[in-house]
Amino acid sequence: MNMMSEAAVEKALDKKMNDISYKMIGKDVSVYYGDKRALYDVNLNVRENTVTALIGPSGCGKSTFLRTLNRMNDTIDGCRVTGRITLDTDDIYDQNIDVVELRARVGMVFQKPNPFPKSIYENVAYGPRIHGLAKSKADMDAIVEKSLQKAGLWNEVKDRLQEGGTGLSGGQQQRLCIARAVAVSPEVILMDEPCSALDPIATAKVEELIHELRANFTIVIVTHSMQQAARVSQRTAMFHLGNLVEENDTDKMFTNPDDQRTQDYIMGRFG
Amino acid sequence: MSISLLLLIVAVIGVAGYLIGSWRANALAGGKLSNLHSRPGYYGSFVAIWSILPAVVVLFVWVIASPIYISSTVRAGFPEEVKAEPQATQNLNYNMISAIARGFKVLTAEEREALFKDGATARDVLASKGVPVAAEPAPYMLKSADDLNRMTTTSSTWLSILVVIVAAVGAFFSYRSIAPKFRARNRVEGMMLVGLIAASSIAILTTVGIVASMATEAIHFFNMVPAWEFFFGTTWDPRFAAAGATASAGQFGLIPLLAGTLYIGFVAMLVAVPVGLFAAIYMSEYASRHVRSVAKPLLEVLAGIPTIVYGFFALVTVGPFLRDISAQLNGLVTGNYSNFIQAQSVLTAGFVMGIMLIPYVSSLSDDIITAVPRALRDGSLGLGATRSETIKRVILPAALPGIVGALLMTASRAVGETMIVVLAAGVAARMQLNPFEPMTTVTVKIVNQLTGDLEFTSPQTLVAFALGITLFVITLCLNIYALYIVRKYREQYE
Repeated sequence: MNMMSEAAVEKALDKKMNDISYKMIGKDVSVYYGDKRALYDVNLNVRENTVTALIGPSGCGKSTFLRTLNRMNDTIDGCRVTGRITLDTDDIYDQNIDVVELRARVGMVFQKPNPFPKSIYENVAYGPRIHGLAKSKADMDAIVEKSLQKAGLWNEVKDRLQEGGTGLSGGQQQRLCIARAVAVSPEVILMDEPCSALDPIATAKVEELIHELRANFTIVIVTHSMQQAARVSQRTAMFHLGNLVEENDTDKMFTNPDDQRTQDYIMGRFG
Repeated sequence: MSISLLLLIVAVIGVAGYLIGSWRANALAGGKLSNLHSRPGYYGSFVAIWSILPAVVVLFVWVIASPIYISSTVRAGFPEEVKAEPQATQNLNYNMISAIARGFKVLTAEEREALFKDGATARDVLASKGVPVAAEPAPYMLKSADDLNRMTTTSSTWLSILVVIVAAVGAFFSYRSIAPKFRARNRVEGMMLVGLIAASSIAILTTVGIVASMATEAIHFFNMVPAWEFFFGTTWDPRFAAAGATASAGQFGLIPLLAGTLYIGFVAMLVAVPVGLFAAIYMSEYASRHVRSVAKPLLEVLAGIPTIVYGFFALVTVGPFLRDISAQLNGLVTGNYSNFIQAQSVLTAGFVMGIMLIPYVSSLSDDIITAVPRALRDGSLGLGATRSETIKRVILPAALPGIVGALLMTASRAVGETMIVVLAAGVAARMQLNPFEPMTTVTVKIVNQLTGDLEFTSPQTLVAFALGITLFVITLCLNIYALYIVRKYREQYE
């Protein structure tokens, strides 16, 4: 009974969100690495306060698309993006957009936990310090505490904030990286296979965390695990060979997909 | 038979052994190689090694031992009054006998007979054949020379016979041991391993040998000059003494030389560290792949220039340039056109040495900065940090221990650098702080003390070894500390 009602509440919430807006809109997005084309005219919209999962076999372009959303592809030599991506109403590839500001609004969590070789406190304070978000030490302390709490790490590390971030376990490190991203108060958080280097228990914690973060952030997550996509996301997009195959409600996607290729991939017939 | 011919024969036996061994193994296999423990080539190699190795060892031992044996036999045949003379005179006599013996070989039998009958003309006769002899040889010398020649010929004959026999016996027994179950591969690889170990021991033993020889000479020096006078003396005045003069003529204070070394090294690091580090940051973080592929090798060409060329550059270009520009500056400010920078100065030597060190700093730092995982860069950029913020706050702190290690290694090069300072720093051992004046370094003084006609019994010469070992210890400590830091740093990412 209880489960049912919770699911019902969630559905209602989704419906409400659907009515509100798209946070990011990608139109005819193509990406080239040198002469090689990695994405073909992808049209994909990201809904606000929703978890959107990107799935598909290796090399299908899902990570590439994710990285276009905060222009992390700019850091790769010879990478070129065409098409149009907007965040709210701003074209993020516009000349006048500062990539620094963009990345403050669209944060990112990577596949492998990559804490800086600094203390736990400094790891979280890194972003706010760069963007000048804290006016005083007390402000900063508050931001660090709030971010670690949001990442569900506060209780585990509150007594050793000055110890090295690299000394934590893999799962803790990944949650530290999430706290680090949250500390900048982004609007969107991109996650590139955030659980692929973690054990099942740590994975469960991170998934739970994603679920909670949804209330305040828009999340796009790349994953190789069908179960994970089904567990954490409300919308799912399936990529194949650089094309967007299908984008749909997660429930529908995993029960009754529109496209045969999605059906095959989810059933494990290829990929 | 000459040694090279002998070696050739042994090599031929070895090659033959290889072929026969492989052939025999193939025959034993009977067309099915899996019958053999190892592939046929290993059986061949096994035979070849056993043919060559023992024979070569015998050859070397003989070549080293036989002259020693012959020499002692010949000396034992000296007349009693000659044996009573000092060792040095006996050595001279023996050298003369060797020369005569060489001369005998170019004489005909009749000429040799004639010399024995009339010894007085020996020197002239030998000289006419192009063999110089220091003095008119005493009669016993002719006889000893003859003995020497005879023994050398005998020794050479026996050597040839023995080596060929050893090679043949080695080949025979190793050939006999070939059997399908014989573990030829393990044997051959074991011997290869021994060879590899021997090669690395040679490198290590050479270092130990160099240190030992330096230490022995340095101890001789410290027997003449007290160690505390050397290490804490503030005056360097070795007073080149004529041979045989009293030992205590000079003062050997290390401090002025060490001060000069460190001062010039400091100026060099002042030039090399910022330039090299900035170059490394540009190369590793900003340069596009195209620029990097051109600029990095060009920068590293600097490292390939011989230091003597930097020395010319300092002596001919930089020194006079600094001198003239200082004169101009002085003239503009005070109206007095006299230079305040000497052509040979701490500044000149330090500046040019700094240029020499730039590629070391940049190349080592570049490697270390590039080794910082890409994930850290992405993490920082993904948080909205700019490239320069990422470098300042994440990459450099992460790379710092490694960079410090690289700088320490560079510093040890600066301390040991010789040719630039010999040409550009001057020879005056002074203690002062003005970088525009000449100073001198430990390496310059080693060169000075070891140039010219030397007598390795005076402290004036032996001090070079004390200086050398001091320098060695300083650079060794710097290098060990640098390695320690670098290793500690590496553990972070593994």
